[in-house]
Amino acid sequence: MHSLPETPSLARVSAILVGLLLSASVTFANAQTLPDVQRLMKQGQMPQALEKADAYIATKPKDAQGRFLKGLILTEMGRTADAIAVFTKLTEDFPELPEPYNNLAVLYAQQKQYDKARTALEMAIRTHPSYSIAHENLGDVYAKLASQAYDKALQLDSSNRATQTKLSMIKELISTSAKPGTSGKAGSGISSETKATTSPVAAQEPKPAEKNPEPAATKAPETKVAEAKAPEPKATETKAPPEAKAPETKTPEPKAVEKPDVAPAVEAEVTKALQGWANAWSRKDVKAYLSYYASDFRTPDGMPRKAWEAERAKRIDKPGKLQVEVSDIKVSVADDKATVKFRQQYTSSTLKSSASKTVVFVKSGGKWLIQQERVG
Amino acid sequence: MAHSARTRRLTLRAAQATFAVALVLLCPANPSVVAGQGSGATVFSDSGLEPQLSRIFDEIEKNRLDNALSLTEGLLKQYPTFRLAHLIKGDILLARSMPLSTFGNVSNAPPDKLADLRDEAIARLKAYRNRSAAMEYVPRYLMQMPPDQKYAVVVDTQKARLYLYQNDTASGRPRFVADYYISHGKLGADKTREGDKRTPTGVYHVTSSLSPKKVGDFYGSGAFPINYPNEWDKRQGRNGHGIWLHGTPSDTYSRPPKASDGCVVLSNADLEALAKNLQIGLTPVIISNSIEWLSFDDWQNERRTLNKAIETWRSDWESKDIDRYLRHYSKNFRSSDQDLEQYAKQKRQVNASKDWIKIKLSNLSMFRDPGKDELVVVTFEQDYQSNNLNNQMKKRQYWIREDGAWKIIFEGAA
Repeated sequence: MHSLPETPSLARVSAILVGLLLSASVTFANAQTLPDVQRLMKQGQMPQALEKADAYIATKPKDAQGRFLKGLILTEMGRTADAIAVFTKLTEDFPELPEPYNNLAVLYAQQKQYDKARTALEMAIRTHPSYSIAHENLGDVYAKLASQAYDKALQLDSSNRATQTKLSMIKELISTSAKPGTSGKAGSGISSETKATTSPVAAQEPKPAEKNPEPAATKAPETKVAEAKAPEPKATETKAPPEAKAPETKTPEPKAVEKPDVAPAVEAEVTKALQGWANAWSRKDVKAYLSYYASDFRTPDGMPRKAWEAERAKRIDKPGKLQVEVSDIKVSVADDKATVKFRQQYTSSTLKSSASKTVVFVKSGGKWLIQQERVG
Repeated sequence: MAHSARTRRLTLRAAQATFAVALVLLCPANPSVVAGQGSGATVFSDSGLEPQLSRIFDEIEKNRLDNALSLTEGLLKQYPTFRLAHLIKGDILLARSMPLSTFGNVSNAPPDKLADLRDEAIARLKAYRNRSAAMEYVPRYLMQMPPDQKYAVVVDTQKARLYLYQNDTASGRPRFVADYYISHGKLGADKTREGDKRTPTGVYHVTSSLSPKKVGDFYGSGAFPINYPNEWDKRQGRNGHGIWLHGTPSDTYSRPPKASDGCVVLSNADLEALAKNLQIGLTPVIISNSIEWLSFDDWQNERRTLNKAIETWRSDWESKDIDRYLRHYSKNFRSSDQDLEQYAKQKRQVNASKDWIKIKLSNLSMFRDPGKDELVVVTFEQDYQSNNLNNQMKKRQYWIREDGAWKIIFEGAA
């Protein structure tokens, strides 16, 4: 799923953030605002999400959750330096929280500052020794550092030998059970692949997580309070608590899902449509390509449909090889609309690009068709 | 509970174990003699990076990878271009994310480059762990140093090591000062031909000092040519030239054990330290495949026996008994322009005109050749006085042991 070897899959951040019950800090106002921020993020409306998050932080400057979300938004917007600043400040103000350290590390790794990434991850683990994501990320960073060291040892250029960095950004800020009073309870609405694959375990998880010596146990479950306030469908981090997984299973790619029972099927349909669209484009099959667009497709700048189609046909049907690949696909579904965020790797004889894209599909006549398409 | 966390810890432990095993195989941790044993008078220089390298490997063997890593990083801070340390660092880091199968666990790396670094690791660690020999014993070759020679250099190509000895005139015994990792010829030692990429073995001395500016970055902080081919090499038909002691390029702390075209290569820091003790035209550089070490007693015996032979030669010359004098010369003797017959004839003629002869030898040095022949290079200042001629010269002789007796096989001006 990692189309770009050098880019940690930060796009995973798109999943909905789960509310955080930080003792008494939850007020009615933030209960309203944070889910709004999360919804905007989920819809890919980052500038608006940032605006809301900033407004929220202005009223509650000490609130870790709001600032954490802001860090994620900035990350999504590609404002890495700003995101680093936010997460750095969080580590200073809340040194007991491992998540900001982890995300800081992911950003550093993205900039190939592996030593800094290592330090940050080691801090995350120092505060929470059994923090499995940080361990996995640290393993990747170590491998990267090892590769750099080997290059120096052997005077090699490793660019074609580089191991893929696959660091995971943490999307939820959940205080672990190591801190009294912040542990969550296993909610009834766990909606994630974790549940899909191991639901019996997850469902029967004993509720008071404090009793669990492993801090990770409280990672995926969300609090009921947050659930009640968040009108949006939820998805949890798929870096599930270790005990909920079979020991050998590799962590699945995070995906945001609507309702646990129907989501996988819908998601698969939409993903299939997206891939069909990319394949048609790659084949330069203009007719098939255009057939993926809904009749009410919003053309760029509102140009007439015919003109747009002509332009697309001309662009696509150029000589030379063409390849369009999609990866890091995240689908979120609401009613008959599915918003898909993904990374588009475009390779032609003249251009090579990689961009994150968002496509909104609508269900029409049993088919998922594209209604909106935008970069970002 | 916490299955994956536990699995990870187990994996890590497994990785450490593999790594440790690899290293144990690499360098058996059983130094035959512990350093620091013996007389407290021995001054030992612990400079250089082997002590640190050795500590790093000790930490790894004890599974203290965190310590090992911080030591390695410290070492790299001091020596950023020390490639072996980068390799070790890579291994320690990689051991944290996956099990290692070998030392230098790099995938898709050129195998020769990796082998070079492994060889360097082995050479450095072995030399460090067995370094006590250099302090407790005497290299057989340093039979006698003259008072004006302050230091002597002995190279062991197989061990990739250069030993520096000081001429301790008080005790008459070479005193160990320091030892350094070196690289030698890609194809080993025992040079015979131009371009054979081998390092010569024999008794040489430093002939000049070339400035780093003049020789270029490849040779690092300086270059000291030695007198290969020497008189004996030429006589054996060996050729080639340009054998130097020199440093390393600025981006390379050290080179693999077998790396040069025949030169002896030291790290720049080591070369600079060594250079302070080199006397141009004087300091002997004895290059051996594998140094023979002697106990002090054995060394004294060898030295005494040859000294006695030289003294007999001198007094037999003074005695004007030409047959007794010529007994000291091998039947294979040759000077630069005469064989034994011609030489004997000339000596008899000269001797006939002498009423008396007085010979004084001073500043006498004896360096044994490391080759398979029992050969010693003897150099001295000769003060010759007689009824009709006085002459002072610096002379060099090659003495060889034939049928249990020391004979002169070459003689010439030094």
